[in-house]
Amino acid sequence: MAVVTEFQKAAYVAGQAADARVNVEIEAEGMTLNIGPQHPATHGTLRIVVRLDGEQVVWAEPVCGYMHRGYEKLTEVRTYPQVTTLVNRIDWLGSFANEVPFILAAEKLMDVEAPPRAQWIRTALFELGRLANITLFLGDMGVQLGALTPVFYAFRDREHVLNLIEAATGGRFHPNYDRIGGLKEDLPKGWVTEVKSAMSRIRTFCDEMEDLLVGNEIFETRTRGIGLVPAAVGLEYGLSGANIRASGVDWDIRRDEDSPLAWKHCDWKVWTHPDGDCFARYWVRLQEVREATKIVEQLLDGLPSGPIQAKVPRIIKVPAGEAWVHTDNPLGEMGYYVVSKGGLGPFRTKIRTPSFSNISILPWLLRGVYVPDVITILASLYFILGDIDR
Amino acid sequence: MAADAAAGEEAAAGGTPEAESPAAQATATTEAPAPVDERRQPWLEALQAELGEALVGHEIAGGDVWVRVDSSAWRRAVVACRDRLGCDYFCFLSGLDWKADVDLAAEKVWDPEAQPSAPAAGANGGYRTGVAGGDTRFQVFARLFSTSAKVGITLKADLDEEDPRVESIVSLYRGAEWHEREAWEMLGFTFDGHPGLRHIYLPGEFEGHPLRKDFPLLSRDVKPWPGLVDVEAMPGEPEGGGDAEGADAEGAGAEGGEG
Repeated sequence: MAVVTEFQKAAYVAGQAADARVNVEIEAEGMTLNIGPQHPATHGTLRIVVRLDGEQVVWAEPVCGYMHRGYEKLTEVRTYPQVTTLVNRIDWLGSFANEVPFILAAEKLMDVEAPPRAQWIRTALFELGRLANITLFLGDMGVQLGALTPVFYAFRDREHVLNLIEAATGGRFHPNYDRIGGLKEDLPKGWVTEVKSAMSRIRTFCDEMEDLLVGNEIFETRTRGIGLVPAAVGLEYGLSGANIRASGVDWDIRRDEDSPLAWKHCDWKVWTHPDGDCFARYWVRLQEVREATKIVEQLLDGLPSGPIQAKVPRIIKVPAGEAWVHTDNPLGEMGYYVVSKGGLGPFRTKIRTPSFSNISILPWLLRGVYVPDVITILASLYFILGDIDR
Repeated sequence: MAADAAAGEEAAAGGTPEAESPAAQATATTEAPAPVDERRQPWLEALQAELGEALVGHEIAGGDVWVRVDSSAWRRAVVACRDRLGCDYFCFLSGLDWKADVDLAAEKVWDPEAQPSAPAAGANGGYRTGVAGGDTRFQVFARLFSTSAKVGITLKADLDEEDPRVESIVSLYRGAEWHEREAWEMLGFTFDGHPGLRHIYLPGEFEGHPLRKDFPLLSRDVKPWPGLVDVEAMPGEPEGGGDAEGADAEGAGAEGGEG
């Protein structure tokens, strides 16, 4: 009969305790998984640290700043016309839409208004920027879920839009076309007809996406009921644009606010979806693209003639004051809070970008989801890294 | 555009002597015979009733409303906006550094003589203040929006220069967490009650607060703005001519005199 010594007893207890510790570590702490900084789902360099329990996320923390360029500081050493070059690079897929609110803010402070033709062309190009941006999302969402075909369709058809933007502005991605009081130059000959044919192509593309993805059983299973954002929570986090319309909030700055731009002259619809899941966010954007093609066509049908540039001084000095101008950009609410002291450049510019607020919901939204759904949620919230980091 | 009348007023307010207190400026502008903004005036009145003395300045101009509150009432003002005015959407929070008399690269880029923002020793320590005023160097401002009324409001509060500190509003709007972290690292504001103020954009060992006016933009100190090099006067163009070509001259003429 073995005699158990005190030492053996102590060793047994210590061993049990060590086992328990290991178990605790495995079960409660789980594994830390680093998604990014480079990941196909992130359109740039966003890092997301997730703590996993098995396949489930218990804690998630996005790490941004890999692309921070300090635009708010840089605007303070630029003149007003130079700032458009910077802000082009915030959301690089729909760049023209970034220029417009800044220019409008400067015009508001200067009490200058661009002539109607310039406003209509601005609005049309704004919507073309939306098309270039969101068509890519519509294909990209498929590739995140393992369907490769849609993204090729998207790149193919986005090219038509980019060609149009290039024809009018000279730049595919960074138009730098908007000026205080008007536009750089008028539209090229034959542009309007080209746009019309491209718009019908984009609508065909939307139908294709609907056939390929929206009705697809796998796509539905992976997106329906995933990443639910209740409207109240989304608003508290500052979600805007299609992300919040997919949670049933009927709010579109283009329709609801009095703006010098020409949306008020068009007949179009703001789509919402009551579900607030990844599918709803995809579906709302799909409708948004269709509406945008209609807006562009109506604008070009009714394009007024006349000058494209209002009288502004050669050296632009903006009177002292503060102005806040926001628009419904492809990614959501984008706004500039411009503080002027009467100088050649802004004294301070606060750039409110949609993606920054859109992904600030991630720590809340990713809690409890499974790893593959993390990718679906990231893709459906749809952010551009330049838009988060500015 | 509704901004016409208001922008004129704004310019007038900017032109008043600096000795006038900002509060007086604000009242002067609101009493001007401008059309009353029917959607925003009730908001202002509700806030005035709620905050009383703590509301130190306000302005309705250009289809927008600004309210400046005492920094001790910052959180109370946000609560009032959320619960009384129905602001459900958190737009952004950030800050301002009004300090103007800094001799930094940022100022060297433009011609300092031509700049009205050159050091102005005004009554309030040289700080030229904007809409709804500002007495101290730092100002925190946030924008809230009501998606049902489709009206937004900008709240402001002056902060202490030595220790810019204000109560956190994360418990009211969860989205404020990241914005407060950004204001903390970029401007050095402290938000009491924030769950974890840590860097969001900058690396952890970064020193200084880049958006403060006394933070030098080093690349500008080392090398002048490269845009200066190829600046030429437009041949044969009258000064102040406003055609399309002149308008996109990117402020070149003003920099032409820079040595």
